[in-house]
Amino acid sequence: MSVLSVLLKKEFRQIFRNKTILAISFVAPIMQFIVLPLAANYEITNINLAVVDHDRSDLSRQMIDRITGSGYFRLVDYTASYSQAYALVESDKADLILQIPNGFEEKLQREKVQKVFIAVNAINGMKASMGGAYLNSIIASFNRSIVLEAMPTAAPSGIMVTSTAWFNPDMNYKLGLIPGILAFLVTLIGGLLSALNIVREKESGTIEQINVTPIRKRDFILGKMIPFWILANVVFTIGLVLSYLLYGIVPQGSILLLYVFVAVYLVAILGFGLLVSTYCATQQQAMFIIFFFVMVFILMGGLFTPIDSMPGWAQVVTQFNPLAHLIEVMRMVMLKGSSLMDILPHFLAIAAMAVVLNVWAVLNYRKTS
Amino acid sequence: MMHASMGTQGKRPAHLSQLLSFVRKEFRHVLRDRKTLLILFGMPVVQVLLFGFVLSNEVKNTQIIVVDHAKDQASQALIEKIKASHYFTVVADTVPQSGVAAAFRQGKIKAALVFPVNFQNDLLHDGRNTVQVIADATDINLANTIGNYLTAIITDYSRSQQPALAMPYVILPEIRMLYNPELRGAPNFVPGVMAMVLMLVSVMMTAVAIVREKEMGTMEVLLVSPMRPALIILSKAIPYLILSFINLLAILLLSTTVLDLPISGSLLLLLAESMLFITTCLTLGIFISIVTDTQQTAMFVSLIGMMLPTIMLSGFMFPIEDMPYPLQVVANIVPSRWYYVIVKDIMIKGAGFSAVWRETAVLAGMAAFLFIVCVKKFKIRLA
Amino acid sequence: MNAQGRPSYTIEADKLTKRFGDFVAVDAVTFNVSKGEIFGFLGANGAGKTTAMRMLCGLSVPTSGKGQVAGFDVYKQTEHIKRNIGYMSQKFSLYEDLTVNENIEFFAGIYGLPRETIRTKRGELLAKLGLTQEAEKLVGGLPLGWKQKLSFSVAVFHQPEVVFLDEPTGGVDPVTRRQFWDLIYEAADSGITVFVTTHYLDEAEYCNRVSIMVDGKIAALDTPTELKKQFGVGSMDEVFYQLARGAQRGGA
Repeated sequence: MSVLSVLLKKEFRQIFRNKTILAISFVAPIMQFIVLPLAANYEITNINLAVVDHDRSDLSRQMIDRITGSGYFRLVDYTASYSQAYALVESDKADLILQIPNGFEEKLQREKVQKVFIAVNAINGMKASMGGAYLNSIIASFNRSIVLEAMPTAAPSGIMVTSTAWFNPDMNYKLGLIPGILAFLVTLIGGLLSALNIVREKESGTIEQINVTPIRKRDFILGKMIPFWILANVVFTIGLVLSYLLYGIVPQGSILLLYVFVAVYLVAILGFGLLVSTYCATQQQAMFIIFFFVMVFILMGGLFTPIDSMPGWAQVVTQFNPLAHLIEVMRMVMLKGSSLMDILPHFLAIAAMAVVLNVWAVLNYRKTS
Repeated sequence: MMHASMGTQGKRPAHLSQLLSFVRKEFRHVLRDRKTLLILFGMPVVQVLLFGFVLSNEVKNTQIIVVDHAKDQASQALIEKIKASHYFTVVADTVPQSGVAAAFRQGKIKAALVFPVNFQNDLLHDGRNTVQVIADATDINLANTIGNYLTAIITDYSRSQQPALAMPYVILPEIRMLYNPELRGAPNFVPGVMAMVLMLVSVMMTAVAIVREKEMGTMEVLLVSPMRPALIILSKAIPYLILSFINLLAILLLSTTVLDLPISGSLLLLLAESMLFITTCLTLGIFISIVTDTQQTAMFVSLIGMMLPTIMLSGFMFPIEDMPYPLQVVANIVPSRWYYVIVKDIMIKGAGFSAVWRETAVLAGMAAFLFIVCVKKFKIRLA
Repeated sequence: MNAQGRPSYTIEADKLTKRFGDFVAVDAVTFNVSKGEIFGFLGANGAGKTTAMRMLCGLSVPTSGKGQVAGFDVYKQTEHIKRNIGYMSQKFSLYEDLTVNENIEFFAGIYGLPRETIRTKRGELLAKLGLTQEAEKLVGGLPLGWKQKLSFSVAVFHQPEVVFLDEPTGGVDPVTRRQFWDLIYEAADSGITVFVTTHYLDEAEYCNRVSIMVDGKIAALDTPTELKKQFGVGSMDEVFYQLARGAQRGGA
């Protein structure tokens, strides 16, 4: 009976008796998978529009119909008073105001050019700019159609752009989110739970008992990491199954490749957790430090905002963000069917991190002080 | 130290001095834990800086490739125009059609622009032509935005080449941005960061601090002291109240100086509302500490039970009115959802109390309700 | 000190010192412990007992001086030392969320005892302690006295050369303490050297020899009888009081 197997037996027994760990491992994924995609609404369909129509002509009504018919907007008010519409924006009941001036139809016929005014509640930047962009393009297309009506012989001209969408056959708005959730779960179990486990031994004093035995440093560390490595893989598998059951997502690329990458990633993140635990005396400290790092990793991981849009120096920093690599690889392999060659740079980066973090952690951990 | 003999009020000064000495002790505990303090104060700063300078939903330097079957003057000119815009970075412009799928798979690009053969000739001949944008639609919004921007650049080029195509009737939309003319992310996320950070500190730290005493067994020692249990709990909460307040000031300071985001409304009202929110969170933390027995559980309940729903359902990342109805109901229970609205209204829109009295009432109600529940539960636990 | 053949003493300390910055926790202590001896290490809280013990266990590197445990050097051969000692810490040191059986299995397994041996010995041990009914219960649920006896038994399960006990009898009633010391006697009789720190002065009477630490130094070292004679007093309490009167550190 090797020392390692004795250690592992003990660790597993403790984990399975620990209701909190089990709850986190199984409740957290389910909650993340169900609540987050429900809450995360990227589909811009209910932009609240208040229309102030000073003209009330056929033309203005036609334009409004075209706008509401697009499906992007919801008409919350149709009034002749700008202040009424503004009050709606103030109370967050409207996102945009479209103001059509007096004599719109008449002046367009006569002077050939007419302005309309759009006021956008720009606090919520995304919704605002998308709303504005949609409104713009709908008005432009309405413009073209009235021109066509007036001059049916005019053929469309200029350079047209057709768009083809790849990798998302069901046009699922939440598709990109799922790999991110999987990445987050794997990181949580592998990074946080393992670190807390080690620090708990420190806090309760049982680590002294370990330090005074002939258990080798390497066996102790392996004994702490292996159970969580396994647990994280289990949770990952549950996550994959849930993605399929709830969202119909089937990995386009090799599932084996995913597992291999996750395996290496876990070594890196377990190393990170171990490293943090060598610096902490209490669980509270460990939790806070890891939470802080994970939060920064997630925010800069390209899940909610694109990495391309970050300043150059931040993009360099991203190379050192393991979660960013994992999210990218999950997306590449699951959604685009990328192969080993394609993800090789990420693989190498994670492998390097795994080596550095673990070596550092092991050097830091001392049985004798 | 004050003595009980001071004044003729009898009991009151004794309690106060006891409370003060307990608070001082708690403060020492907190201040001694340098690592946690570092994170407590560092986190809001880092978040504000990240959101302010790093994270952005704008399309900037998005990487695309070009498949140029034509390689003529027109296509080259158009490619140059796209390269010149700061929206896109053209990673490669000599990619063959067969290389497009691989380019996507390597993960580097978000879209590919394809020019047909004889682009310029057909354009001159027929007066029109078509280019294709292949977009990575795993992020549909981004794909749409990329499409819109490319279309805008191309249309612009198209019009500049053929001015004769001026339309007879032109509707010109003029857009004005309210509250946030430069479309900066700051007005949206600063209130969100405030809600998140205050909640984290007040709920989790308080809960863990109280539960640690329980776990270590020192709570019982305190309970048999002449100090009233309510004051013991209070003494634990007060340091975190002060820490949260300092955090709040730090965030406001950062946003007014570094982010150039002034406080449009009354600072006093903002601080008052924030104190209300902090109090609600503290009460929530106390409640958690009463119903959990170990630090680990307290931490996880706070984190998974509070923080994650706060981040997802407070309205700061995703608009609440777009969520399915049951989630909207759940969102109403999350205190930070109300606080977020209050902060946005006061700080960004410059609104006064009349605009936020409803949300204030909800928060106050939550605080009162939680307080009563705490008192009841605490009595049960003691007995 | 080299380990050449069997050493004459199981524990040797020669001017062993531990400094933390300017603070000298253990100041040049020198003593020897023979095989099978029960050696009491007394002193007030803060006098340096635990620190000295940790150096001998390989938990803490001495600042200066020499030391040897079971023939192995305290600087360079800590892992060898650990293979040959047992330890019972002040803070309770078994896993509360494992059963009695599982704890024994774990710690015995660490020292390399084969499975069958563990099983047999375990059965015998539990019978002796009267814990057979509790074998499958979580340790966390046992009363303190049983936990302590169990902890000691686990510490000597693998028949180490030396067992180190750090304030092992805190908080239990006198009867349980007596029973605990019976276990210690048994262990000593079987050839295990017992190194025990305590601040219960009456327990000093149970030891073969006793050393008293004051302010990091050894102020007295002899059998209890001799010490009482030396100070002309009737109990170890009074011996201690005489010595500790001038102490700078700690309080009983």
